[in-house]
Amino acid sequence: MATQLQERIEEIKKRILMLGGMVEEAVGDAIRAVEDRSHDLAERVIEHDREIDRKEIELEQECLAALTLEQPVAVDLRFVVAVFKMNNDLERIGDLAANIAEQAKLLAAEKEIRRIPFDLKGMERQAQAMLRQSLDALVNQDAELAEIVCCADERVDKIYRQMFRQVEEEIRRRPEDVQQLIHLLTIARMLERVADHAVNIAEDVLYLKSGEIWRHRAWRSSA
Amino acid sequence: METSSSQNAADSAPSPVQPDPLAAINEGRTLPSTIHESVLAEEAVLEVKDFRLWYGAAQALYDISFPVPQGKVTALIGPSGCGKSTLLRSVNRLNDLIDSVRIEGDMNLSGDSIYGPSVDVIELRKRMGMVFQKSNPFPMSIYENVVYALRIDGENRKSVLDEVCERSLRGAALWDEVKDRLDELALGLSGGQQQRLCIARAIAAEPEVLLMDEPCSALDPIATGKIEDLIHSLRGEYTILIVTHNMQQASRTSDYTAFMYLGRLIELGRTSDIFTRPSLRATEDYITGRFG
Repeated sequence: MATQLQERIEEIKKRILMLGGMVEEAVGDAIRAVEDRSHDLAERVIEHDREIDRKEIELEQECLAALTLEQPVAVDLRFVVAVFKMNNDLERIGDLAANIAEQAKLLAAEKEIRRIPFDLKGMERQAQAMLRQSLDALVNQDAELAEIVCCADERVDKIYRQMFRQVEEEIRRRPEDVQQLIHLLTIARMLERVADHAVNIAEDVLYLKSGEIWRHRAWRSSA
Repeated sequence: METSSSQNAADSAPSPVQPDPLAAINEGRTLPSTIHESVLAEEAVLEVKDFRLWYGAAQALYDISFPVPQGKVTALIGPSGCGKSTLLRSVNRLNDLIDSVRIEGDMNLSGDSIYGPSVDVIELRKRMGMVFQKSNPFPMSIYENVVYALRIDGENRKSVLDEVCERSLRGAALWDEVKDRLDELALGLSGGQQQRLCIARAIAAEPEVLLMDEPCSALDPIATGKIEDLIHSLRGEYTILIVTHNMQQASRTSDYTAFMYLGRLIELGRTSDIFTRPSLRATEDYITGRFG
């Protein structure tokens, strides 16, 4: 019975990593669609989200089967419960990628603005790194890396606040670009949400490792 | 979740170095049991103190010390031969009946020594009820089975016996099934009913502790469910110490779970903690089926 459960757990691990990979790619493509003003790429990201939704449901069914049929306890229970929750976060990140792609389509239809008044690419890199690290923390059961992700969120929030002010100033300076600037700010807001979901995933890794529930803590980076 | 032992305090994880009782056993040592703070915070009705037991030259129990919380269900789990039943049977001194058994240490029931030199074992056993793996109704009527303990204590007033009979059968969730045939032979009941009758007989004497040695292992799932419901409903009123091989049963029925291995008590804590985040790797490996 224990072997059967271990096989299920391996399968669940494979599936969550595959879903993580798909979601990571979706966020990257969505931002590329914004930068390249690519309507087609944006469409593909939106289309791809349906596949992510399907994988989310399959993984949820797999977790439910493990819980019902194998009745795992202790670390095995914590693993299945943690994945059950991460699955939800990954699906939400997939939705955010699709939302960014929607904004990309709108932006592509508008006149191109002379410059983006903030480092959108840098913010994407930061959010993507947090997502990747949270999944690495899951694979390697690495509590230290999970804590790094939790602390990094503070920086992303800070970048977003700065962007907000920069966009405000830019709108005053160039009111004719207000539409595009609001789309860009919406995208930044979504990347900030991606980082929040990465933190949720990292907190679930900490739960998996420790059995303690780590949500709603004020994470402070030492840096 | 805080834990303590007489030498080691294992904090909740992510834990630094934690005690490794299995490595110690391999080296012929016994580490102090890891007893969670939640257990120590309870009022204990039974206390096991440095208890050791030998069958001839073979030691079966090593330095066992733990409190049994009052009004709670405490489950003893562990692989076959780990000493769960031996420990349970030591509580009401059933092992006295085996010539080769030798013990050291003591236990206290509500502060009274169980193994002290002046203990009247018959009187002691009246303060505990015991339910075995196989139901063992006496070859007499249902009614007489339930009131047996009162009868041998000289109680013959019909009103008292009737009242105790009904209360005990109700307590054992059997009243509705047998109230119209109390004079029939108990051996005519189904296996599950017989086991509940034995529980009714055990609680008729209002024991301070109810000892159960795998009470469901000979029953089908429906009868098992009824006994588990019964154990659940008896908590609060009775203190129950139950040995079970079935870990789901331990998780369903008990408030506290003690994991035993090779004659040692390894870890004792709230059942919800033991089954979701045990302090020790050894406990986790056992309950997740990685060994044992």
